[in-house]
Amino acid sequence: MHELGIVFYIIRDVKQAAADNHVDHVSAVVMNIGEVSTVVPEYLTDCWRWAADKEDLLRGCELKVCTIPAVSFCDDCRKEYETVRFGRNCPFCQGENTYLLRGNEVEIKEIEVPECPL
Amino acid sequence: MEEVKVIEIKKSVFAENEKDADDLRTELKKRGVYLLNLMSSPGSGKTTTLIRTINLLKDKLRIAVMEADIDSNVDAVKIREATGIPSIQLHTGGMCHLDAEMTRQGLSNLDLEDVDLVILENVGNLVCPAEFDTGSCRNAMILSVPEGDDKPLKYPLMFSVCDVVVVNKTDVMPYFDFDLDKCREYVRMRNPKARVIPICAKTGEGVEVFADWLFREVRNWKNQ
Repeated sequence: MHELGIVFYIIRDVKQAAADNHVDHVSAVVMNIGEVSTVVPEYLTDCWRWAADKEDLLRGCELKVCTIPAVSFCDDCRKEYETVRFGRNCPFCQGENTYLLRGNEVEIKEIEVPECPL
Repeated sequence: MEEVKVIEIKKSVFAENEKDADDLRTELKKRGVYLLNLMSSPGSGKTTTLIRTINLLKDKLRIAVMEADIDSNVDAVKIREATGIPSIQLHTGGMCHLDAEMTRQGLSNLDLEDVDLVILENVGNLVCPAEFDTGSCRNAMILSVPEGDDKPLKYPLMFSVCDVVVVNKTDVMPYFDFDLDKCREYVRMRNPKARVIPICAKTGEGVEVFADWLFREVRNWKNQ
């Protein structure tokens, strides 16, 4: 359900990008999806297939997912660590003053469009 | 083989909505209308809490309610019958949340000249509504006792975007392993600024604390 809503936003933005670039078919959309973005890539691609095939611009268009590993930063000891493995508490000093540096992206990285060879 | 051209986009799918939401907030500020986005799980007691709150505030503020659900208009009718204030139902058409554009469309069905406070009752869901800024001035959420005190750990984003966490159904606390102090601690871990207000919407206990907070919020929004 959640992923379907996101797919509608992706379609809206890809349509805009296609119009800006005078493109009439898109063969692939590449997404950056953070590890802690709460988006499940498998659900996203399933929803994408269902919704994208209803659009002339996106029929058969593949959704590729690049996973961005989540990294947190500890303000107490100024070190970075893997968020998924250690959570909120810093594994080096056990401090709680930590925040996410990256890993919550839901971002359209790029689109691929077929180009006729000259 | 077919050649492929790559066009770089590098844009968050939430960027457009965030801009819409900021624009909507600016407009509401100009018109002196305060919008509260109220979120929760289904069955947490949002509608009952709203009825109590509205009845405490309706002599002091001009209030309207927008009910967002996937289908039906039972909540909008219930609010209108119990409080007498304007209440409209928004259908999300299967979507699990409201975004700023849908909120704006909903607001266009209200006469904002005659309103100080609009309460948006978002779709019952702790995941998606937290992800999409509606353009509201503040976010509040209701966590009911039977759901458990560990919800802030399981749905971190929801608790990190809320300014107020209302803990409802405190009357049944003895029957559930719900520890209010633990709950406060878990909320603080996710969001040190969030205020926790325990209430029982059924008996009305504590609802005046939430109503006072809301009243002060609306007054500050209009005067600043």
